[in-house]
Amino acid sequence: MGMIGQHLLNGMMQGTIYGLVAMGFTIFFGVMNVIKFSHGDVLTVGAFAGLVAIWIATSLGLPISIQFIAAFVAAMLVSALVGAGIAHFLIMPLRNSPPLNMLLMTMMVGTVLREVIRLFFPNGTNPQRFPELLPVGGFNIGSTFLRYDALILIVAGIVSIAVVYWIINRTRFGLAMRAVAEDVETARTMGINFASIIPLTFALGSITAGFGGTIYGLYYSEINYSMGLLLAVIGFTAAIVGGLGNIWGAIIGGYLFAGLQTMVVAAVPSMSDYKDVFAFVLIIVLITWRPTGLLAERGSERV
Amino acid sequence: MVRMTMRMFAAAVAVSALSLALGGLDAAWAKDKVKIAWVGPLTGAISQHGIGGRNSAELAVKLMNADPKTKYEYELVVLDDECKPNVGVQVVTKIASDRSIVAAIPHYCSATAIATVDIFHRFKLPMVVWAAVLPEITYANKYPEIHRVSGILIGQNRVGAQFMKERGYKKFVAFADSTDYGKSMLKYFTQFTLENGNQILGTFAVAPDQQDLSAELTKIKELNPEVIYFGGLTPLGARLRTQMAKFGINAQLEGNSGIMGDAFIAAIGPELAEGTVTFFDSPPISKMPGGKMFSDAYKAAGYNDPPEAYGPFSFAATTLVMQTIEKTGPDRAKITAGLANVKDVPSIVGPINFDDHGQNITPLTTRYVVQDGKWVVWEDSEYASGKRKLKNIP
Repeated sequence: MGMIGQHLLNGMMQGTIYGLVAMGFTIFFGVMNVIKFSHGDVLTVGAFAGLVAIWIATSLGLPISIQFIAAFVAAMLVSALVGAGIAHFLIMPLRNSPPLNMLLMTMMVGTVLREVIRLFFPNGTNPQRFPELLPVGGFNIGSTFLRYDALILIVAGIVSIAVVYWIINRTRFGLAMRAVAEDVETARTMGINFASIIPLTFALGSITAGFGGTIYGLYYSEINYSMGLLLAVIGFTAAIVGGLGNIWGAIIGGYLFAGLQTMVVAAVPSMSDYKDVFAFVLIIVLITWRPTGLLAERGSERV
Repeated sequence: MVRMTMRMFAAAVAVSALSLALGGLDAAWAKDKVKIAWVGPLTGAISQHGIGGRNSAELAVKLMNADPKTKYEYELVVLDDECKPNVGVQVVTKIASDRSIVAAIPHYCSATAIATVDIFHRFKLPMVVWAAVLPEITYANKYPEIHRVSGILIGQNRVGAQFMKERGYKKFVAFADSTDYGKSMLKYFTQFTLENGNQILGTFAVAPDQQDLSAELTKIKELNPEVIYFGGLTPLGARLRTQMAKFGINAQLEGNSGIMGDAFIAAIGPELAEGTVTFFDSPPISKMPGGKMFSDAYKAAGYNDPPEAYGPFSFAATTLVMQTIEKTGPDRAKITAGLANVKDVPSIVGPINFDDHGQNITPLTTRYVVQDGKWVVWEDSEYASGKRKLKNIP
């Protein structure tokens, strides 16, 4: 097990992406009691927007650092717009309908987003090569090979998680969000503009998805139209395991899921094809044991 | 309302009668039209191979139709199987139940082909596989409708294992996709490698669309093999090679027909592809009996995409089907009977000989290595002459 450090690092990278996705699920649920299944596809849209931004920046002859920034800005902006749009035009008008309708509706929206990319993006059915903007290579500490790109992306991911946490807990917008999550009616009587807070909340959750999508593209050098599907299932699972509605729960859930997947391959290499099966089975056991998640949602700490 | 409907009905009858009459006249002047179907992956990750194969089949039809001596005019019905077994089953059911289609040239992907052979048999639609290499496609059953011009993967693995032994490699790790194709690759790789007295340190199977290979590669790095054997198709192979480099794994990559073609080199770039060895059941186009004719005609037709590794096989399979129809007439049962007697039929990939399972037994397994962004026959390469060296030779 001389490679334990390496496995840990791999798990950290995957866990950061899962955690970013799970955080979105938990924000939406915390504020609106909505399970938004199109979240993974918003991530895909963000990643493709990032790719287009890189193409444009490359054709303009801009340096790599600008391409890098352009990718993240475009991904976050586009996913924020899509997220806020879904909230404003679909979730707000339907907010009093049965939760099942809402769930179905968001699933349909996800399918539409996915198919739009597949059909209208040039060669959309094929995997797209995502340019390598980060330094290649790395260095060894003992038997652990630290990739520069992985290190940069893990740090970026953790910083973004911290920023979202700060926005929710330390800003006026975050306060308003938490007030709406607590009690919509009271929040409105206190003068909080409900109709603008909801889309903004969804924009925030979707920004993390766009950010995660770009990290994914940079790390694997490849994106495709259906990448959001499995990520959404894993992200949602992570949010549930951690305790839906609790930010820390989502992050812990993300790392836990990645850890389980990595552990299977590390322990029994010949079982690597079954790692998702194994991880999901363990998650089912966990959910049975703690139905409200590892960190149960406390009344005063929603979102 | 009733009268209107009556009048419209009368008009419709008149129009269709007229068109029937015209159609009849037309047929009296022109050759009879015969429809044959071609199936392959035109969208999805494998589409480059499918498009090359489709162009080659179209070219075969074009050349055949341009020949004034043929009895029929051929129409190629092209369908996309996306390299997915479920989609393959749908499209094959569609063509099989269309009685106007008399024969088919299906499939690049083995996992798709193995899912559809029963349908061809049930609907008695004769077919000639153009690229899939899983042995079971022809050998699992003795269906008279099923034939194949491409080789089977057993030969590639036998030649591959022998080649690696001759180079002095001893320690291998096997990495394959978890489809029937990958499993079969693993089976024969394991068999021949162990027979040669070499050692397999670990075996990994992953879903063909798995993105993250970091856990597997970490384990592989720990096992420290001299060679990583890959049994899968281009997209996963490209991902494996790219991520191997990112993890600083300096093992020799041994592939086979699944990564053969320009698409693999295009996907990862010439630097990473350099030195990859592959075993493929055909000499390069330039050395095939009809290679020059095919290359020139393909170029003249103005296709933008290359024919890829199996384009010539697609061309040969399509031509073989049309030649058989010329002899037997456009009838499914008669074509099946005609294809049963294919012995030493010349084609651009060499003479075609079907055994009693409809398998072409004359493909020539050839060893390739990537040199400066091109697949070069081993014997002609600077690796064989000793100017360049494969990685990690112990």
